[in-house]
Amino acid sequence: MITTILDIVIAGLLLGGLYALIAMGLSLQYGVARVLNISHGEFIMLGGLTTWSITQTLDINPFVSLAVCAPVAFVLGYVIHQTLFKRLHSISDSPAIFESSSMLASFGLMFIIQNIALLTWGPEIRGYSYLAFPVHIAGTLFGANRLVTTGFAIAIGVFFYLFLARTRMGKAIRAAAQDSTTAGLMGVNINRVLALCFGLGAAMAGIAGMLISMCYPVHAVMGMPYTIIAIIVVALGGLGSIPGSYIGGFTLGLIGSIVTYFEPGLALVAYYLIFILLLLLKPTGIMGK
Amino acid sequence: MLLVYLATLSLYASTYTIILLTSIFMYIILTVSWVIFSGPTGYISFAPAAFFGVGIYTSAVLGTELPLPLVILTGGVISFILALFVGALTLRLKGVYFTMFTLGLVELSKHLLLWYEIKYTGTRGRFVILVDNNTIYYIMLAILVLLLLTSYLIRRSRFGLALRSIGESEEASAHLGVNVNLLKTITFAISAIFMGATGAIMATRWTYVDPYIAFKLHYSFMPVLMSVFGGMGQLYGPVLGAGIFAILEELLITKFPYYYMFTIGLILLIVIVYLPNGLVGLIQKWQRRNPEEQHATP
Repeated sequence: MITTILDIVIAGLLLGGLYALIAMGLSLQYGVARVLNISHGEFIMLGGLTTWSITQTLDINPFVSLAVCAPVAFVLGYVIHQTLFKRLHSISDSPAIFESSSMLASFGLMFIIQNIALLTWGPEIRGYSYLAFPVHIAGTLFGANRLVTTGFAIAIGVFFYLFLARTRMGKAIRAAAQDSTTAGLMGVNINRVLALCFGLGAAMAGIAGMLISMCYPVHAVMGMPYTIIAIIVVALGGLGSIPGSYIGGFTLGLIGSIVTYFEPGLALVAYYLIFILLLLLKPTGIMGK
Repeated sequence: MLLVYLATLSLYASTYTIILLTSIFMYIILTVSWVIFSGPTGYISFAPAAFFGVGIYTSAVLGTELPLPLVILTGGVISFILALFVGALTLRLKGVYFTMFTLGLVELSKHLLLWYEIKYTGTRGRFVILVDNNTIYYIMLAILVLLLLTSYLIRRSRFGLALRSIGESEEASAHLGVNVNLLKTITFAISAIFMGATGAIMATRWTYVDPYIAFKLHYSFMPVLMSVFGGMGQLYGPVLGAGIFAILEELLITKFPYYYMFTIGLILLIVIVYLPNGLVGLIQKWQRRNPEEQHATP
């Protein structure tokens, strides 16, 4: 009995760590740069497939791909913001118009990235095995790869939290999240900060993709479900809050593993029900103001 | 004139033309009904696939039990009720939360149905009754005409004016005495009727459906894209946008699916950045620049 409960709880936490990392990236893009990025999942997919390609061609540890995925995704996100979203921002009359037009633009990006990936990698499902041996935790068994990825996801969260709390750039990001116009008046180079946030969000998605590819098979159209999960976690945890992303991620992971234990087909359905209840009862999320 | 031509088409056109036009009609119906709600209010809905899928499943479940017109009507009514329910729950939310919700709704319906089918019926898919191509074509034409009429009347009425005022400023229109939530919910539900009815008739063309086929996000994405491309300011905008893309899709999707979808994304970006009012905006700009030509063309 206790073993079963532990089994469910640990599985939930392992899933939750990944969810949190994905959501943190989206939270940064929507919470600060005000872009509800529907193409978020596509950056995850790019990270996953790039990692697969690197491990397959060079036959090395998949963590090496971090050196490629994170910087490339960051630069991609940064450039996209500096060209596309900056321009949209300047032609939009109000924040509400920018929110809807930037969301539509990210939707266009989704098509572009997804189909470039389909042309590059094809529609096949790709997988490799990495650290695929079981580890005993409190009498239950878990794949070593899942422990490593969750640990890594949490480490990134802690690292980023310290970055926001302790550095000057972090302070500028927090100021821009609260009120970007005023932050601009206070001497924050707002366009650079917003682009940086967008790039960091993309980098986190790229890293999440790398981690996902260590545990699950990846393919070119895998992005959308992850985007939706990220949206739900962000709504659950509250926008722009890093602890919120982790609380939301772990909560959703736990719900997922509990429901999967009783009724495997209903995990996603449970996520949406939580999402609906949340939107109706507390649209600002657990950590939201 | 065009209507008479379209109404007598089955007498002289090839089967291929009939099937092609049916697909084009499908996209025009989805797009125009999407614009009825999202155009004036500015609420972006990714729900069309959910209502379309509900229609498809109505046809799959009731197709053998009821006569065809009744099946189509039921598809519309069930979608209407679902939209009323969803709208009442979520349309009080801020625009972007509503969008997030509708995106989830399609996936929710898909997974709930998949779970139900596997658990209780033991199979993933269902077979749908066969209907001949001409009948499908005429029913689609009828739905389209009805929809264009509804859309036109809504645009011209006080109802449409109230909707546009919601799009401009919700608070101001509430102060002016518009029952904002009721109006949004009703309009959302009206637009769902047409999507549901279309799903019910289109299902008969596929003979076999499963939750992945019926609740495909593609049917949510295309109407959004086609209306942004066509422009939502005038009724002909979404018709034009949907028509052009439907023909392109027919020509390209089987041979170059990835290039086609890639181009769609690119066009969407270009339109958002350079043509915020879509083709309609472009045409109006061109008309203003050439006032004489505007009178010259009948």
